[in-house]
Formats: sequence, structure tokens, C-alpha cells
Amino acid sequence: MADQQRIFELYSSPHLKRPVSTDIIMRNVVLALLPVVVFSIYQFGLSALLLVFAGTAACVATEHAITRLSRRDTTVGDWSAAVTGLLLALTLPPGFPLWMAAVGGFVSIALGKAVFGGLGLNIFNPALVGRAFLQATFPVAITTWTPAFIPGRFIETIPSTLAAPFTKPAPVADYVARAVDGFTGATPLALLKFQHVDTDNLRLFFGMTAGSAGETAALLILLCGAYLAIRRMLDWRIVAAVLGSVFIFSGVFYVAGHGKYPDPFFMLFSGGLMLGAVFMATDMVTSPTTPLGIWIYGALIGAVTVIIRLKGGLPEGVMYAILLGNGVAPLIDALTQPRIYGAPRKRLLPQKTAKETEANK
Amino acid sequence: MIQRSAKTFGRGVHPPEHKDATKNLAVKRLGFAPELVVPLQQHLGAPARPVVRKGQEVVRGEPIAVPAGFVSVPMHAPATGVVVKIDKVVMATGNLAPAIIIKPYPGSSQEVLYTGEADIDAMTPDQIVAAVQDTGMVGLGGAAFPTHVKMAVPQGKSVDTVIANGCECEPFLTTDHRLMLEQHENLFRGIAIALKATGAREAIIGIEDNKPDVIDALRARLNNAPSAGAPIRVEPVKTRYPQGAEKMLIKALMRREVPSGGLPVDVHAAVFNVATLAQLAELMPRRRGLIERIVTITGPGVQKPGNYLVPLGTPLRYIFDQVGLSGGARQIILGGPMMGLSVASLDVPVTKGVSGILVLTEEETTARLNKIYPCIKCGQCLEACPAALNPSLMGDMARRREYKRMEEQYHLNDCFECACCAYVCPSNIPLVQYFRVAKALNREKKAPR
Repeated sequence: MADQQRIFELYSSPHLKRPVSTDIIMRNVVLALLPVVVFSIYQFGLSALLLVFAGTAACVATEHAITRLSRRDTTVGDWSAAVTGLLLALTLPPGFPLWMAAVGGFVSIALGKAVFGGLGLNIFNPALVGRAFLQATFPVAITTWTPAFIPGRFIETIPSTLAAPFTKPAPVADYVARAVDGFTGATPLALLKFQHVDTDNLRLFFGMTAGSAGETAALLILLCGAYLAIRRMLDWRIVAAVLGSVFIFSGVFYVAGHGKYPDPFFMLFSGGLMLGAVFMATDMVTSPTTPLGIWIYGALIGAVTVIIRLKGGLPEGVMYAILLGNGVAPLIDALTQPRIYGAPRKRLLPQKTAKETEANK
Repeated sequence: MIQRSAKTFGRGVHPPEHKDATKNLAVKRLGFAPELVVPLQQHLGAPARPVVRKGQEVVRGEPIAVPAGFVSVPMHAPATGVVVKIDKVVMATGNLAPAIIIKPYPGSSQEVLYTGEADIDAMTPDQIVAAVQDTGMVGLGGAAFPTHVKMAVPQGKSVDTVIANGCECEPFLTTDHRLMLEQHENLFRGIAIALKATGAREAIIGIEDNKPDVIDALRARLNNAPSAGAPIRVEPVKTRYPQGAEKMLIKALMRREVPSGGLPVDVHAAVFNVATLAQLAELMPRRRGLIERIVTITGPGVQKPGNYLVPLGTPLRYIFDQVGLSGGARQIILGGPMMGLSVASLDVPVTKGVSGILVLTEEETTARLNKIYPCIKCGQCLEACPAALNPSLMGDMARRREYKRMEEQYHLNDCFECACCAYVCPSNIPLVQYFRVAKALNREKKAPR
């Protein structure tokens, strides 16, 4: 018997919901980054572990503090601050002083995200905002690389790691000198740019080189990205667009330059490109949403990366390329709105209404 | 067999189908409730005008209300009995609306006593349209738009194709599935009526490829006895929500797009739900009225799920007495889970547009009560929206109450509230609800005071 007094709940349709939510996506991104973190620790030892911890803790703490100070519920639970922290740490040199990493984490969240209004409203990738700040503030520390696979890396840190705040980090020359044969502190891109030394592509592919804590293992990063893409938590089109664009543009330089420029595969697997293309250019908040816009955005990032690397003063350009891409993403979105069902073919710019035309006369 | 690459529209979603519980259950008849509540407006358009008085005796099938204009339909007595009163009752929307309340006689049978005769072959299209209006037929897929209005091709326009919509893309619902298996002769006769009324040259039956048994059965029937008039063909379409939305099905089957703000007739198409056509074929030749319909009653909160032939006006309370409501039942939905209406009262009657009654338990309702996060611009809603709108951006505008801008620059009125955007949104933003509110407020502002 249907109960006379029974109360039924009212909801607005749809009454079905795809079982995925923002915190689940962010948690999965963290999960997908863990293999990269583990490999980084394997390569660079204790310092990498501490660096990842410092960056992440700073981001999460900043997020928590700012939301509490603005009298809102903490948003740490959406896991986005943890993603930012991990990504920031993975883009820093393994021996980067921890206090500087913490400053970077603070800047990432405070200036990269919170000032815009928090998750979803920031224009630039917060991790890269933090890194750009560090690049400008600590230009020496952020280009001090140490070789991978130093003996004893699991029991002692790189000398610069534990520098006291506001002091000059200890020199790493002695530490670097302990490197096993074949491993140098310089990154493959720096070697190429300043010493014209080439690095074997296979070593790049498997991450057997110096570089930022989490950027070296191209294959591993691709696999982790594939996991997210299969779960529809990462847009493979952006990765394809960035990598494709780098390959094509650097291919043009390679062919036209007659040996003056590195081959396209080197360009793909060196530096921060893989990490940037898979985990940062794909940041949902700061990338375009329209189908066409996504390809334009990816292609732009690829092209700018190649130009900075081959024609600019810096060995690496992924960070600036992505930040530039972030900056124009809203514009790309506005210009590439899809043609709606039943509407006539679209023009590039919105047509003026009759009223506006009238007003301009 | 399922075609390898079935036709489809662009975008959309594929929610879990949940059709297994009822798709193999033959349609069963439900008895008469102690009181039947027949609202005067069960369709889009003007409410019907009652032609019976309190205390008057009515015969099952007899007209009890007449249409008030062209975009309106009559109502017929669902059972033999006496008119208790004409009064305001609670409707599914929660509003009060006038209804004729009939108390069936205890001995009232299923027999329809009120009947006439119509020779469809001898009728002109205009006469068919008038006869269709007399049946009180509306779109049984859920929209409840008067069928005769769709059959009346306006001056200067033409229809070349009639589409029989057998997609049934809403999860849980299986009425069209059963109907196409059990009553396909009626379906073919109904298509013939629609072809004659519209003057179309051919008819296509569009069926989602999750119903291979129906596709096979209808094709076999067409091969054995090809239709005498205009050709009819069965076309599988991809199982993808909202494939059964009129404009989407036209795109899938004919590669034509109904212009924004236009009607199917603008691209020479007329779309009718298969249940509408089959019912029409049953009623029109005998000049009967629509007094019952097939309803899928299902969901985890129902003890005896199935496809039931329910007299119009049957209150939900009586239905649940028959099919059993489980203790955990928390939410009742009229229609499917994507577009259906959540109702609060068991006094709400089954009306012409109710294709399903879905009862959800706590497990499903709390699963949706997730935290709402800020929009992370993931773009999934853009990939899901069948109208190719930008729900993400419009959701932002709705929060800032820029309703006019949504309409003027972002085509709010092309949204037909299929809810794909809200279904995929990882931030659980109630996008469709925002759009409904925006549309309602825009309408309110335009309405003359």
C-alpha cells in the first residue's frame, strides 16, 4: 500500500549523472603523476623526494590558508592544489633549495590562482606562474642542474637542497664531480645550445639524462598521460597538437638548416616538453574548450616552443609557450565557437546586427 | 542485425540503458482506479473545454471535453461511470489545474462503447487532420504536442518524408520497444495515415540499434508484405541520447538540419513517435478517442516493474498499489531519467504525455547530491551538447544573471533541455536547471503586462 504520508524528494532533471567529479579527476591526475615522482626519486634520490614534498605542502597549505582567511570552506579537498604542487616541483632542478620551492608553491597558489578567485577562474597555469616567478627571482638556482644516478643519492641530499632561507645555496660542483661516467649535470638542451653536444634520443626517451626533477622520462610521462586520456580526464588532442606542432616546426628547421638544428625527435623528447604537453598544456581551466580551438592552442604552444628553443636566448621555452597559450586561450575560444545546430555557416567574426550597423552610420 | 556504422547526429551522450528489467515483459493491462482524474490540459496548447456536468453519466470513450481552438485536443472518458466533479487537482508540475473527475462503475469493462466509422482511403488530408484531432491524439513520446497540428502541412510548405520515431533513447523506458514488437501492424497503418495526411513520398522508421529484435522483426514484415503506397524502410540509428529528439533524428536519418527556431516542416520532414502512430491507427478508423496508453513503470523502487496499459487519469497512488513500491523509494519521476519530471504527490494522474514512471531509491538520489565545484572549463559539455551550444559559458552567464545575453548571443532558445551537459559535468553544475530558469525569466520579461 502506498503510504499516504510518504514524502518524495524533488530534483531537477537529469536524474542520472555520469559518476565523475572534479575531485575525482584531480585525484587521478595526482595518481598519474606518482610514477613520474617515483622515477624522479630513483634518478635524483632524497633531494627529489624532499623537493616534491616541499612544493606540494606549500601549495596545499597556501590554498588552505587563503580560503580560511577569506572565510570560506577550505578547497583543499578538490585536490587541485596538490596537482599544482606536484607539477611545480617536477619542473624544478632536483637540487633546488627547498625554501625556494616553498616560495614558488606560495606564489603558484596565491598569485597564480587565488587572486583570480580560485579554481576554474585563473587565466594561467598556476604551477607555471610559480615557476616563472622562481625563474625570475632565482635565475642561478633554477639553472643549477645535477646529474642523475649519483652514488649515495638515497642517503644524502644534494648540497643545495637544504640551503637556509635567504642564503646562498651551497655549491654543487663537488657533488657533480661524483657523477658516474656518461652523466653530466647539464641538460641535453643546454648542452646543445651552449656546447653543441648532442644527446642520444633513446636516452632521452627513457629519461637517462639530467634535467628537472620530473621532466626527463618521456616514455613514462606519455604512459601516465595515456592512463588519464583513456579515463577521459585528459584531452589527448592537446597533447597531439603540441607534439605534432613541435615535430613539424622543428622538422622544417632541421631540413632547412642542414645540420645546424637538432632533429625533431630530439626536440620531442628533450627538456620539459613531454611534461608540459601532457600535464600542463592540458590543464582544463587554462586551455580552450572548443574543438577547433584546442588544435590551434596546441599548435601555437608547439610553434612558440620551437622558436624559443632554436632562435631565442634560452635553452628551453615550454614554460613561456604554455603561458602564452594560456593567455590567448580565451581569445581562441571566442573566435572558434562551434556552429550551432541549424544555424547557417559561421563567419570568423560575429556578424554585426542590423541595429549595430545602423548605429555606426 | 546491428549495422556496423549506424547513423547518428553529432555529440550527445550514452548513459547506462537500464532497459533490461522491462524490455522483455509484454504489455499488461491495469484495472480502473476508484477515481479517474482527467485534466483538461494534458497537451501543449489551449486547455480543452468540458462538455459534461457534475453527476452526469459518461460512457467509456465518449468525448467529455472539446478542443478550444486548433492547437488543442478533446478529452474522452477513460471509463464508464459518473462525473463526480470538475475541480482543480495537483498536476505533475505541482500546479493546480482543472480536471474532470470520474468514478467508474464497479461493473465498468474494458469495452469501448462509443464508436463510429471512418474510411481513411476516401478522406482528404484536411479531413484526416480533423479526424486525428477528434481522437485527442498527442505525441506519446513525452512532448504531448497535438498530433493533428503536425500533420497539417502549412500553406506553401511541403513534406517529403515521414519519420516514425522508434528511438526511445531515454534510459529505463521500453514502451516503444514493446509496442513495435507487439503492434507493428498498427504502426504500419499509422504510418500510412501520416503519409496520406502530409503527402510525403516515403517513410523511415528510425530505431536505435540497441533493439535488434525490433529492427529484424519490422524488416522481415516489410520484406514479406511490402507496403502498397509510399515506400517504408527501417533504419537503425546509433544508440545515443538524445537520438530520439526530433531535430537530432532528422539530422541522423536525412542529414538535414532544422533551421534554428524553425520546425521540421522547414526541411520537409514530419516526425511522429511510433506509439502515436500505432495508437492513431487503432483509434481513427473507429473514430475513438485516446483513453489509455502504455507506460513503463520501473526503477529500483518498484516491486513489479513492467510495461502497463494504463487508463488515462489513473492516479499514481492506485498504480503503486498494483505494482508495489519498495520501502526505499525516494523519488518518483514521470518520463525518463534524463528529461523526466520529479513529482511530489501520489495524487498526480497519468496523462497523455507520460511514457514512464520511474521510482528511484536512496542509493540513486544521494549519488546525485554531490558537491558543486566551480566550472573547470573541461569542455565536456561542449562535446555533449547536441545543439552545439556552449553550456559552460552559458552556465557562467546564468550565475551572473546575464539572461538576455544568453539568448541574444549564445542561442539559449536552441537549448531543448536534453540535459546532456548536466549529465557529463564533473563539477555537478545544474546547467539545464540554470537554462530553464533563464528561459522562463526571459519569457516573463517579454510577456505583455
